[in-house]
Amino acid sequence: MKSIRLGAGAGYAGDRIEPAVELAEHGALDYLVFECLAERTIALAQQARLRDPASGYDPLLEARMRAVLEPCRRNGTRIVTNMGAANPLAAAEKTRAIARDLGLTGLKVAAVIGDDVLEAVGTGDYQILETGGRVRDLGNRVISANAYLGAGPIVEALARGADVVVTGRVGDPALFLAPLIHAFGWADDDWDRLGRGTLAGHLLECAGQVTGGYFADPGVKDVAGLSRLGFPVGIVTQDGDIEITKVPGSGGQVTLATCKEQLLYEVHDPARYLQPDVVADFSGVAMEEVGPDRVRVTGGRGTPATGLLKVSVGLIDSFIGEGQISYAGPGAAARGRLALDIVRERLSLTGVTASELRFDLIGVDSLHGPARAAGAPEPYEVRVRVAGRCDSLGEAARIGNEVETLYTNGPAGGGGAWKSAREVVGVVSVLVPAALARPSVRMIEA
Amino acid sequence: MKLRALAHSRTGDKGNTANVSLIAIDPADYPRLERHVTPERVRAHFAGIVHGEVVRYALPQLGALNFVMADALGGGVTRSLALDAHGKGLSAALLDLEIPDEA
Repeated sequence: MKSIRLGAGAGYAGDRIEPAVELAEHGALDYLVFECLAERTIALAQQARLRDPASGYDPLLEARMRAVLEPCRRNGTRIVTNMGAANPLAAAEKTRAIARDLGLTGLKVAAVIGDDVLEAVGTGDYQILETGGRVRDLGNRVISANAYLGAGPIVEALARGADVVVTGRVGDPALFLAPLIHAFGWADDDWDRLGRGTLAGHLLECAGQVTGGYFADPGVKDVAGLSRLGFPVGIVTQDGDIEITKVPGSGGQVTLATCKEQLLYEVHDPARYLQPDVVADFSGVAMEEVGPDRVRVTGGRGTPATGLLKVSVGLIDSFIGEGQISYAGPGAAARGRLALDIVRERLSLTGVTASELRFDLIGVDSLHGPARAAGAPEPYEVRVRVAGRCDSLGEAARIGNEVETLYTNGPAGGGGAWKSAREVVGVVSVLVPAALARPSVRMIEA
Repeated sequence: MKLRALAHSRTGDKGNTANVSLIAIDPADYPRLERHVTPERVRAHFAGIVHGEVVRYALPQLGALNFVMADALGGGVTRSLALDAHGKGLSAALLDLEIPDEA
C-alpha cells in the first residue's frame, strides 16, 4: 500500500535546528513539517509587526530555511510550516529571497493567509471561553485574533505545486494532515481517516517529545543520546495506519512508552480531540513495537467536525514584577523565609498596589506549594522569589526593587539578586462559525 | 509505595487546565492504577494547586489514565505568576503519590 513519510523538524519556535537537517538529509522524507507557533507567540508576533510591517514571522525562519531548503529540494521533500506567524506573506517572501540566494531557481513558495479575524472578532459579541466575558468589552486591550484554520488551504497550496507552504495559525496537526489529504485524496467527510491523520500529526507535532525528549528519568527511564536527539518520522499509509520512527543512528528512542506519553500530551477527552477538520477519537488507539525505534499506531477514528473554529485572542493583560535573591549554608531556609516576610511587609508599608502576589522559596516550595514540601530535609541553598501582578510597568518594577534592597537591608549573606518588570500579553479563546475565516493562498516563485 | 515505581507520566497544558497522564510501566499493573488513583485521590493530592474539577479518562488497552484538572495553572500559562507556569512538574508530583503495597 502507498505510504507517505512525514518528518517533524521542530516542536516549538526555539527548537534545535540540526535534527531537522538530519531529517532533510537522511529521513527519505516526502514532507518536512515545522510546528513553531505556541498559543501566545502569534500575539507577540502581531506586536512586532505593528512596530515593523516587514516582520511578524518566526525569528528563526531564516536560519531554518537556510539549513534545510537545499537538501529538501535535492531529496524531493516539500516543507510545511506555521512559521509565518502574524505575517505569512513576508515569511514567504523571505523564503523566496533565501532560495534565490541559494540558487534554488523555480522553487515555489505558498503563503496561507486569512487566519487573522481581528476585525470580525474584536468588535463581535463572542463569549470568552475562559472567563465568560465578551471580547468587545476588552476594548483596546485586544491586539490579535487568529482562527485555527484547517488543512484546506495547505492542501490547495500543495495541489498548486508549492515546494514550501508557510502559514499563520492553523491547527497544529493540520500541518501534517494536509500532506496526507493531498497525497491520498481523502474526502473531507472521511472522518476515520481524517482522525487517523490527525493522530499522526498529534504524535509528531512536538518533534523530540515522541523520540525520547522530555521523557528521561535516570534509573527509571533512561534515554541515550539526548544531546543529539533525533526528530521523528511518521510513515502513514493510504488507510491512515501509522509507524513512528527516527533516523537510524540518531539519539533518543521510539518506544511504546514515549509514544503513549505523547499520545495524551495536551489531550483532554481522548475520544474528542477537537480540530478544525474533524473531531479525532484516540480512545481506541493501539500500539505495537514492530522493530527497534519503530512503533505501529492503529485504531484512531474520527467523527464530524463541529463547524466551529477556535480563535486565540491576544490581549494586554497586566504587568508582572519579580525579584529573586539566594541564601546558602546553615540556616539558609530560615534566612530565605525571613527575606520573604520582610518583602511582604515592605510591599504593604510602601503601598505597592498588586492584584496578586506570590512568595516562593525556590528549592523548597516554589513548584508545588508548602504542603508537598512539608517534612522534606532542609536544603543547602534556597532562592527567594517574589512576583506580583500590577496595572503599570512602573508599579511592577517596585516589587523587584524591594527584593534587591535585601542586599543591604535584609538577612545575612543574600547574593545574586535579580529583578524584572514586564508587560504580559495574555491569550483567551472564543469559538466562531467556520465560515467567518476566509483563508486564501498566494503563490510566489524563486 | 510511590506511584513512580509502577507508572510514568507527562503533563500538558491548555489555558488554565492541566492534563496529567499516568501510564503503567508494566501493563499488568494497570488495574492497580485504576483502583487506587481515583479522581478524588488526585484532587486531594493536588489540594492548594488544583482549584477545579478533576476528570479521569481511561485507555485500558494502553494501560493509561488521563487526569484533566481544571483551574490548575494560576489563571493560565500566559498570565500565571508561577515559576512553572505550564505546570510541567505536576507529573512528577503525581508520581509522588503513595499507594498500598500489594502482591
